[in-house]
Amino acid sequence: MPTVSTSRVELRFRELRERGAKGLVIYLTAGDPTLDGTGKLLAAVDRGGADVIELGVPFSDPLADGPVIQRASERALKAGSTLGRILERLPEWREGIGAPVILFSYYNPVLQYGLERFARDAARAGAAGALIVDLAPEEAGAYVQAMRAKNLDTVFLAAPTSTDERLARLVRLSTGFLYLISRPGTTGARSDVSGALGPLIERARRHTELPLAVGFGVSNPAQVREVAAKAEAAVVGSALVRAIEERYAAGGPNTIEQFVRWLREGTDA
Amino acid sequence: MTQSLNHAMAWPDARGRYGEFGGRFVPETLMHPVEELERAWEAARADEQFQAEFHRLLKDYAGRPTPLYHARRLTEHLGGAQIYLKREDLLHTGAHKINNAIGQGLLAKRMGKTRLIAETGAGQHGVATATVAALLGLRSVVYMGEEDMARQASNVFRMRLLGTEVVGVGSGSKTLKDAINEAMRDWVANVSDTHYLLGSVLGPHPYPVMVREFHRVIGRETRAEILAQAGRLPDYLVACVGGGSNSIGLFYDFLADPGVKMLGVEAGGRGANLGEHAARFAGGRPGVLHGTYTYVLQTGDGLISTTHSISAGLDYPAVGPEHASLYASGRVEYTRASDQAALEAARTLARTEGIIPALEPAHALAEVIQRAPKMSKDTIIVVNLSGRGDKDMGIFQSSGIV
Repeated sequence: MPTVSTSRVELRFRELRERGAKGLVIYLTAGDPTLDGTGKLLAAVDRGGADVIELGVPFSDPLADGPVIQRASERALKAGSTLGRILERLPEWREGIGAPVILFSYYNPVLQYGLERFARDAARAGAAGALIVDLAPEEAGAYVQAMRAKNLDTVFLAAPTSTDERLARLVRLSTGFLYLISRPGTTGARSDVSGALGPLIERARRHTELPLAVGFGVSNPAQVREVAAKAEAAVVGSALVRAIEERYAAGGPNTIEQFVRWLREGTDA
Repeated sequence: MTQSLNHAMAWPDARGRYGEFGGRFVPETLMHPVEELERAWEAARADEQFQAEFHRLLKDYAGRPTPLYHARRLTEHLGGAQIYLKREDLLHTGAHKINNAIGQGLLAKRMGKTRLIAETGAGQHGVATATVAALLGLRSVVYMGEEDMARQASNVFRMRLLGTEVVGVGSGSKTLKDAINEAMRDWVANVSDTHYLLGSVLGPHPYPVMVREFHRVIGRETRAEILAQAGRLPDYLVACVGGGSNSIGLFYDFLADPGVKMLGVEAGGRGANLGEHAARFAGGRPGVLHGTYTYVLQTGDGLISTTHSISAGLDYPAVGPEHASLYASGRVEYTRASDQAALEAARTLARTEGIIPALEPAHALAEVIQRAPKMSKDTIIVVNLSGRGDKDMGIFQSSGIV
């Protein structure tokens, strides 16, 4: 299923390639610690140099996430963050932000919102696409169709355990980039980025020309560099969310901007 | 109706769907383990040796077949329909859960796994898993909500005595759903040596069909027993429905018999508002939780609701997808019983028959106590007495029913 027109995410990766640079994808949970704070945090992450931003929709049962993002989800839910409110506030949050924003959600909130309504309102709010963490390609037909109709990217995850057959299925539905999970497990910082990554990247390249972004466990510039040497971008989630948890209350958005700048050192040649 | 009956017997389809319900909604990291499990299960299912070993353990170790007992004093007390109890409470470890634990334990061993993980609510599935781990020489870890650990403390100790590590889960509502989240997180990180021994007809395909098949023995035995004792099929089958494993085990082999009506009893808790009960068909709507599309108690924003039931085993916001399809087709009627009605039903059974049921099947008995007096004396009701009440003594004691 080819995209109708070149997406903002594709354009961003094209620019990076032309400059010979690597990308940094940053995840944060919408509404953590407050809905008002999210606008400031998005701006800080953008100023810090994120190329693509994944904006997490908090869910009551985040079973793919480790403790850091679980805690962020709980804070965000307490702050009243829901998919509906996020889509309402996104236009305001996005003002002056250059990086495309991908919504990152579990399936049930999107399903309850309505697939076509979600695509319509996400497009209206200026989102560039979405990633639904617990929606496998086998069940994703209606969702992908609704997103295509609004020219929104559908990013899918591939894991070291994904067989070639599964990789073929994933790249057929994935647009913008393909998100590679570096190692088995939930989200969260680890001291090493898995040895399974090299073979996964090689296999993925045989199936697709999409840019590859690698996440799960990437938490510092050295790991960003290690990943960026092999793929088009590194994804940092839990480490950034932990920085928000530990530093935002005292240091405000500037500390988060500095944190992203620090990560960015890993993408410099 | 006939057509929907035929469909019900053929389900699930290749995608693990029961009509529109079921399927496989898990992160990509879990797709491979789930597909691997499906292949292993299909092979084991067709393997006579595997089946023979399963049935040998059900008989010699777990104590099958369980009796079907004509509860004459309860029948007389209620003054209507004839009540028969399927005595799953007499099984080793005290509940039907051991059927599935033996089946999946053997399957895990066959797959070369050395570690079992499980979630548990009331602790019966955790105890069954701990038991099978000991029997088969496998390591095991059981995840249990902290609230459930407090209210089912004796089962926590039983698991530890059996050599299992019990891990308390303090996130979310601290009950069964949070224990499942944690078990899935463990599985995804340790899949090379670990089998996730899911305890009900929930989760991504193939769990709902696999767990059903391991419990079908309940209905098969009941059929032979009621024919031997009463000379005909029952008019009603009644069972409590948490995830729905004991009920589907009883119901399944009767689905094609139009004369056999079926009642699934959910936890009515202490009120009708969201958060006060676990009656998914009364207060829920279709959604996705823990890998399957089914009826789910949830907010308008698609966040999973907290639930309440006096019975930890029924205290869960979703229901097995096959039940959702049986609800949609009308083949099974679903109703609910309150905390208080369940407590009183347990006392009634204790005092009329000398059998103390677990709080879960006490919900099914509560419904029978409501309905049986209005039925004729030649009506036959079979109730699945899915577990015994030893684990619930603390709750009975503090409830004020004695």
